[in-house]
Amino acid sequence: MYRLLLCFRYLRTRYIALASIISVTLGVATLIVVNSVMAGFSAEMHERLHGLASDILIECHASGGMPDPEAHVEEIKRIVGDELVGTSVSVHVPSMLGIDFNGQLITRHVNLVGIDAVTYDTVSHFGRYLIHPENQKQVNFELREAGFAESRENFPASGWHYRRARVAYERALAEERARVDAINREAEKISSGQRTNSQLAEGDGLIDDDTTSDEQNAGPSLGNVLPPEFGGGKDAAVAARFDPAKEQYPGIILGISTCSNKLRDEAGNVRDHYYCRPGDDVRMMFPSASENPKVLNQKFTVVDLYESGMSEYDSTFAFVRLDKLQDFRGMINPATGVKSVTTIQLKLVEGADLNAARDALRKRFPPDTYAYSIQTWRDMQGPLLAAVRLETTILNILLFLIIAVAGFGILATFFMIVVEKTRDIGTLKALGASGSGVMSIFLSYGLLLGIVGSGVGLLGGILFVQNINEVAGVIEKITGQEVFDPTVYYFTEIPTILNPFTLAWVMAGAVAIATTASVLPAMRAARMHPVTALRFE
Amino acid sequence: MNPILEARGIRKSYYKNHIELPVLRGVDVAFAQGELTALVGRSGSGKSTLMHLLATLDQPDAGEVWFGGQRIDNLSRRQRDAYRNQQIGIIFQFYHLLPELSALENVLAPAMISRSVLGYFRERKSIIARGEAMLDRVGLLDRKTHKPCEMSGGEMQRVAIARSLMSAPQLLLADEPTGNLDTETGESILQLLRQLNVEDGLTIVMITHDDAIASRADRCYRMQDGLLVDRFRADVKADQQSPRQRVVA
Repeated sequence: MYRLLLCFRYLRTRYIALASIISVTLGVATLIVVNSVMAGFSAEMHERLHGLASDILIECHASGGMPDPEAHVEEIKRIVGDELVGTSVSVHVPSMLGIDFNGQLITRHVNLVGIDAVTYDTVSHFGRYLIHPENQKQVNFELREAGFAESRENFPASGWHYRRARVAYERALAEERARVDAINREAEKISSGQRTNSQLAEGDGLIDDDTTSDEQNAGPSLGNVLPPEFGGGKDAAVAARFDPAKEQYPGIILGISTCSNKLRDEAGNVRDHYYCRPGDDVRMMFPSASENPKVLNQKFTVVDLYESGMSEYDSTFAFVRLDKLQDFRGMINPATGVKSVTTIQLKLVEGADLNAARDALRKRFPPDTYAYSIQTWRDMQGPLLAAVRLETTILNILLFLIIAVAGFGILATFFMIVVEKTRDIGTLKALGASGSGVMSIFLSYGLLLGIVGSGVGLLGGILFVQNINEVAGVIEKITGQEVFDPTVYYFTEIPTILNPFTLAWVMAGAVAIATTASVLPAMRAARMHPVTALRFE
Repeated sequence: MNPILEARGIRKSYYKNHIELPVLRGVDVAFAQGELTALVGRSGSGKSTLMHLLATLDQPDAGEVWFGGQRIDNLSRRQRDAYRNQQIGIIFQFYHLLPELSALENVLAPAMISRSVLGYFRERKSIIARGEAMLDRVGLLDRKTHKPCEMSGGEMQRVAIARSLMSAPQLLLADEPTGNLDTETGESILQLLRQLNVEDGLTIVMITHDDAIASRADRCYRMQDGLLVDRFRADVKADQQSPRQRVVA
């Protein structure tokens, strides 16, 4: 009983010892913050990577793909068995995206993916990253009227509504241009008439007049940079049949970074600038699947944008309907009607052993026979995930070293306290306290200090984590430097996860270090000879 | 004489830089039950060392210590701890109160030491009642919540006496109980000890360097250079006057 009473009294009266555990407190708080932010980051990354990549990906490297995917899927079902919950076939093809932006052609290299809108959502969280709320529920390659990303600030008007306004504006512009051209031609006739009349006109002026009169034929100009079909009035035959105000090309969903740019305005706020938006038409150039590949050039209408937060995905993917892409690339055998795909994605039940399934599939489709690459999503993102894991581990080791340093502080302080308490130790022994009893006073004192120190650290850490975005805001205000730059991280907020298991082991580790640090001083107290201790001045 | 505590042929040396310093060189002494015995000697005469050996705080190089018909110097550590806790009370010159604890908690310390947390809480009421009774006995019940630093030397020594009485011991070992106090306060402490001796029949062994104090004991032993030199000086006085009479006077 006296042990408890004394160590509680020591706790209340020895402020120097409390000071020595502040480092434990800070260490524990930092560990908790670091662990929960890292856990938040890696969970977010896992979630996104996994959500996009499906569990297992079977890719065929041949340009023509693998024929008869249904038979493949049947075979996979037989191999993987009951754990298989979803499959989706798709066509991946490298391609070039061309966007007409203010008369300039912007080209981007993208990965064009033909997806089956129904099954694709069963293997990945594709839909949830689309910005139209209806498309999030069910992917649709028909352009929607409006209502894109209503929650988003500064998102430009999109959809049919915008498309009609744009077409009307372009037509008015074309009419106006035609009218101006007509007037110019009239003026030219008059001026050339004048020129014939007055042969004294300067040569320079003559050339100038010529260039302005027919800019289409003059040297390089913006008009000729665009593919021939791009110019509005050029492809008159197509234009006559196709009314962009009422019709659309096949739908395409673009990764948001393929057609936008994140920049800061003068006030320092991050703003997105869009080169094109749902309702605009873009051009895709991609190879056909034939043995003698040709470049196909196809117009699509942007029906939605796709933002997963992973720049790797957002800046390289564009999605179209699988059947359209197969049709364009000639992946449907005209004789038999058998379609080919390049990729099969599998979704397994939660907790299934992906590596085992992958190995079984590799055994069935050995790489020396089939040009297939069979990977789990972890294989594909392995280096990234490993880097995050390594970072977390190293931070944990470093921070535990800090707590260990704090442990030596406790050790020194405890030695001082034991020396200071020498006479009391003698008294206790004279009153019949055993050596182990005296030892346990100091051990439980160390334990108590550890619990108090790490407990305060735990509370502080949890409070910090729960208000981390506010804290970041305050730091931003004070330093004027953005702590969490959304142009870099794609998250608007710092993601955190408080894992009770992590909290428990951080607490336990810190308490263990504090207790261990008190073992030596406690042993010294226990071994003290009562007579020497009593005589101690 | 019926000795409650007895030392037989005690020898004890200390070593300083490998040189043997004999402190006790064969001491035979017996303390009779119910008597207030004084051990007088100059500093360095070995009286404190003898007391430590009697309290089993240290072990003799040779010789035996007997308490109540049982040899105690060779007992196990645990048994010796129990002996100090249960059978005897010790009073020191410098009081040795625990500064973090209040007067009452200091008095309760021996009871806490002998009990586990659970055992203490089970008997808490009776233990606290006894502690308060002991404080009352030394006249300090109204100061029970005070810390040692808020008390005078005489008060601290009274608290220390109350603490030594906590486990109802048969024997009190007092090491210069008045050595650090002025004459008046020392006198009141002496009277308190005599009162305990008379009223409770407590055997008291008191170490002092002051002949005047020693002369008031029932029996007095003088120590010099590690040997008991004069064992009968006070006996005559003790025979002349009964202890009770002396208290009244």
